[in-house]
Amino acid sequence: MKTLDAVIAESPVFAGLTQEQLEFIAGCAQNVHFDEGQKIAKRGDAADIFYLLRMGEVALDVDVPNKNSVRIDTVESGQVLGWSWLIPPYQWNYDVTATELVRAVSFDGACIRGKCESDPALGYALLTRFSQVIVGRLQATRLRLIDIYGADTH
Amino acid sequence: MAQTLTETAGSLEAMTPVPYAVTAKRQDTYDTWTLELEPVDGAPIVPGPGQFNMLYAFGVGEVPISNAGNFETDERLVHTIRAVGSVTKALCAAEIGTVIGVRGPFGNTWPIVEAKGKDVVIVAGGIGLPPLRPAIYHVLKNRKDYGRFALLYGARTPADLLFLDEVKSWQCNYDVDLDMTVDAGDTDWKGKVGLVTKLIPPAEFDVDDARAFVVGPEIMMKFVAQELMNRDLPAESINVSLERTMRCGVGLCGHCQIGPTLICRDGACYTWDKVEKLLAVKEL
Repeated sequence: MKTLDAVIAESPVFAGLTQEQLEFIAGCAQNVHFDEGQKIAKRGDAADIFYLLRMGEVALDVDVPNKNSVRIDTVESGQVLGWSWLIPPYQWNYDVTATELVRAVSFDGACIRGKCESDPALGYALLTRFSQVIVGRLQATRLRLIDIYGADTH
Repeated sequence: MAQTLTETAGSLEAMTPVPYAVTAKRQDTYDTWTLELEPVDGAPIVPGPGQFNMLYAFGVGEVPISNAGNFETDERLVHTIRAVGSVTKALCAAEIGTVIGVRGPFGNTWPIVEAKGKDVVIVAGGIGLPPLRPAIYHVLKNRKDYGRFALLYGARTPADLLFLDEVKSWQCNYDVDLDMTVDAGDTDWKGKVGLVTKLIPPAEFDVDDARAFVVGPEIMMKFVAQELMNRDLPAESINVSLERTMRCGVGLCGHCQIGPTLICRDGACYTWDKVEKLLAVKEL
């Protein structure tokens, strides 16, 4: 059975961190699971946790007044869920629901954030990595604005 | 080698619509219908995978529509059409018994037989699935001759996904790695949300021995090809189908010219290395 720091080290998000950094992060982590349909976070909640999904899939939903919720994105196995723990005001931006059984590693974002304040090297390393996560989501969102499945008009 | 009328440019046969009757019709989504056509007289034409026909709604106009049927078993022509313009709306409104004009088949075919022994990756966006269906049928019929088979399908919304029951049956019956995503879902949608490009990184195929077949709007194919190349799949292994405003279908009128190539004559199936730079030119 793999240790948590070994699991974390396999994720591209944490690749390249020193063993010491990995061990610290693993010290702030634990295995969790969510059943299908279980709410993981709610928009506006304090974002003191983020997740590395090991299995399953979660959906990010937005409530639209007088309409059903709109499902704007999904996060799949191997990806990181949550970056709001790193950026003020540290609140979830979307409702998050497990669409199937999810196994994940949860991280105490508040703890890691505190460590980043006192350890700039770790702070820079994590900010660089999470910036890639954020940029990836931004690029995907921009592409969706293009409406790439748009139809011709014969 | 499939028959193509493109090689008979200027002949009466290539330019004269043949009357076909609508013998079956099915609504696939809120704006898309599938028509089955049989010739009023004579033997039906037999298109290959990737080829297209010019369908003529009499008194309205003519449009190029890819073949969507099983070229190895179907005796009828099968065309799936999205009603977006005057001609396609007229075709989709055709009732059973309506006669429409058919010219074809035109263009080249998917090199699906040449992909024998390799992994196959099909990437379809929106209305891009029907043109790939003949190639999919061929792989399914000869499933043991191919390696892994990934079918990646994206659409705007769940309501835009075509042939859902059939696609799921392929997954169940033919060892197909199916992955689907939509741009926007609701809470009833249990699948992925996001662009079809997000399905490529986790897809399982051997980049050294795979062939990809991609159909969708050009902007989609561009980003899909880039994502496939990010996986180190060579551009020569990525097949796409281009579409421009085609009129004659035989390389005479020039409407479908893109740089040095006429899509009706030289395509519509190309490998990505042949068209990547052309599609990067704004004016083309």
